[in-house]
Amino acid sequence: MAALSDQLLVVSIMAYLVAMICHAVEFAFGDRSLVGRAAVRPAREPALVGAGAGGDQPAFEPPAVDEPAADRLDPPSSGRAALAGRIAVVLTVVAAVLHLGTLVTRGIAAERMPWGNMYEFVLAVTFVGIAAWLGLLLRRPGLRHLGLFMTLVMVLLLGVTGLVIYTPVGPLVPALDSYWFYVHISAIGLASGAFVLGIVPAVLYLLRNGYDQGKRGFPYSLAERVPAADVLERLTFRIHAFAFPLWTMGVIGGAIWAEASWGRYWGWDPKETWSFISWVIYAGYLHARATPSVKRKVATWIAIIGFLSMLMNLFGVNLFFEGLHSYA
Amino acid sequence: MSVVEDRVAPPAAPPPRRPNRVLALLRNSWRQLTSMRTALVLLFLLAVAAIPGSILPQRDVNIENVEAYRRANPDLYPIIDRLGGFDVFASPWFSAIYVLLFVSLIGCIVPRLRDHVRALRAAPPAAPRRLDRLPQHAVLAAPAADPARIAAVLRKRRWRVVVRDGEVSAEKGYLKETGNLIFHFALIGVLFGVAFGSWYGWHGNRLLVAGPDTAFCNNLQQYAETGLGPRVDAADLPPFCLELTDFDARFLDTGQPSYFQASAKVDEAGGEPRDVEFSVNSPLRLDGASAYLLGHGYAPVIRYTDRLGRVQTSVAPFLTTDGNLTGEGVAAFPDVNIDPATGDRDPDQQMAFEGIYLPTAPDAPPYVRSVFPAERSPALMLIAYRGNLGLDAGIPSSVYVLDQRQVEAGKLKQIGEAKLMRPGESWTLDDGSTVEFVGTREFITLSVRYDPGERIVLVSSIVMLAGLMMSIFGKRRRIWFRTGPARPATPAVAGTEPPATASTTGGSSLMEAGGLPRTDYSGFADEFKQLVAAVERSEGKS
Repeated sequence: MAALSDQLLVVSIMAYLVAMICHAVEFAFGDRSLVGRAAVRPAREPALVGAGAGGDQPAFEPPAVDEPAADRLDPPSSGRAALAGRIAVVLTVVAAVLHLGTLVTRGIAAERMPWGNMYEFVLAVTFVGIAAWLGLLLRRPGLRHLGLFMTLVMVLLLGVTGLVIYTPVGPLVPALDSYWFYVHISAIGLASGAFVLGIVPAVLYLLRNGYDQGKRGFPYSLAERVPAADVLERLTFRIHAFAFPLWTMGVIGGAIWAEASWGRYWGWDPKETWSFISWVIYAGYLHARATPSVKRKVATWIAIIGFLSMLMNLFGVNLFFEGLHSYA
Repeated sequence: MSVVEDRVAPPAAPPPRRPNRVLALLRNSWRQLTSMRTALVLLFLLAVAAIPGSILPQRDVNIENVEAYRRANPDLYPIIDRLGGFDVFASPWFSAIYVLLFVSLIGCIVPRLRDHVRALRAAPPAAPRRLDRLPQHAVLAAPAADPARIAAVLRKRRWRVVVRDGEVSAEKGYLKETGNLIFHFALIGVLFGVAFGSWYGWHGNRLLVAGPDTAFCNNLQQYAETGLGPRVDAADLPPFCLELTDFDARFLDTGQPSYFQASAKVDEAGGEPRDVEFSVNSPLRLDGASAYLLGHGYAPVIRYTDRLGRVQTSVAPFLTTDGNLTGEGVAAFPDVNIDPATGDRDPDQQMAFEGIYLPTAPDAPPYVRSVFPAERSPALMLIAYRGNLGLDAGIPSSVYVLDQRQVEAGKLKQIGEAKLMRPGESWTLDDGSTVEFVGTREFITLSVRYDPGERIVLVSSIVMLAGLMMSIFGKRRRIWFRTGPARPATPAVAGTEPPATASTTGGSSLMEAGGLPRTDYSGFADEFKQLVAAVERSEGKS
């Protein structure tokens, strides 16, 4: 079962890789007019007051943007490139199923939940990320282009995980044998997965924003075919607003567990310190996002710094520092 | 965390007659401090300031690592130490950041609390003149709807409603700001709980060897390391005695631990001694303290018979150095070879055995590392020393290592070669004395702690989380219903009859509805449509 899990991971990474290539094909050769069309299409007419306002008097303000522009984007519909995009989505689903298979077989082999060490934890976090992405795609097919970046992140993270921090299957050490293990790790895992998902629109927003301001060099040229900037920015905020309470919950659960296990709820262990740093940075992001005087670009940069601190926490702390969280 | 956007602008202050520079400076500084921009900078600084706390070893976390750092970087150490680099989270600069942050926070949320209370008590505002300019707008199919009935429909959906002159104003989602304020006040609660716990809490760490003769009673002297809050006195420690009766550790064949359980006998004041069990994730909860199992190891029992035939036994815990529980330690016998006639102790005839204990010794030498954490093939590697142990010098020294100064000074000499002993084996030294490895006892490392701030922090954190969710998922929005165009109507059809001046009379009047989401809320259009439909339905029924 353990060997099967390892093989499934390899196949899963391959599937993500092929999905990424298909996305890239669509990205490179896709119907340029898709996004352009959406951008130039006249704003939807708001309901008129009966036949009231008329004449040549401009009676209406442009409609407020309470409706995300993503809804105005039709799913890509035609062309060979669009076919590649559709194949990419199917492959991503296949890869996600294999990814889930990796986790399940790992769990069966270990006879416990598959997040007992860092290798398994990253597998679980990335699965949450991809599942959330597929759920999002179901509701907003217009975002399909972002799949290229999502699958890229998956290939990189899973590749690093499989190569650097692979751990043979085994049962839990007594220190992890607690109810809080499930509460803490699942909340942290879900939140981390969401933050991983959130970084994709955040980066693309910055690229798109630069592109809209007339920057055409690399890397802004990548943003030619991504959704409109405000859609990406809003998506970034939504994902982070969802992930932040989960992260808070995970940290609180960890503190409760730490009290029972180590005798203190907070002790500035490197992992604790970095989770605090991430929490503070993401809190800064949410505040910046809610403050009109702070530019959205600045706010998004804060989110990106937050993500870097997350990566530091996920990988760096275990690799560089010695602490209580070193089980893997 | 929608912030001050909603706040009503304070009325412009009247120009001060006599500008006071100091007051103006203070006021400006206060405004600057409580601004969101400052708060963001402080948040960012807080995050950055915490980073050295993870890179440099911290005294509160692991003092041995700080000492190791001192030895490795003797030049850098004093500079970093002066800057507080080894006590980052207690350093003045870290404290300054969070104190400023909290002052800024209070300066921000107290006025917001006042505004919010005012908003909660005020009626929803009157409709803007032109509802059709709002993000959501509709004209109802039922022209002459009864405002009271519309209000009823809205109230049923838990809107806050007021009817003025046939105009219905309603607002919902106050919980967003309520939650936001709760979140921030709960943060203050967390800080208070942490401070309270550090003032009135205490902790002590020690080893506890199994057996009635090694039991301990709660007392500062009984701990190897203690930390008392500034408001705690040694006499405040709750009285209890603890004896480790048994320790059960199980391991997989790979050596990974699978199960720990400590059995103990507790004697608390005002009760019978009772048997308790505790383990890694389930600490022993006592009245006024909790005992946490942190680690375990083996204490070899060594019996030494001196050349005069007097027998002494040492139970010395050997500190574990790796996952396979290789132990290193010292069994010291300072009171041996005492002349029975005079009772004099010859300080140069003291004995000590330095050793390595291997719960599972490898099949072949070198016998320096255990290969399995359980006692499958126990062996004790001993080196005997005779001489002055240096215990009377008055210098505090570790009981787990020999005083190397004595060895280097030649006052403590090694006798013979190192000797590998199995349980029950004896070793006769050059002077005819014998040492016997009797066996081992288990020991555990314990942390005994009391933190009265824990509950405050826990409750505050949960309240904080609840407030955070309300704040993030709440949506403030307003909706208005009005009969007839209350503005100077635009011509109904351009170029036809002149407009009726704000007429609301007769069947020609219209029922308009307008909606305004005050926060980022994509579902508002749907909610608005449903509300309008609900109002129309209720009109249809009448």
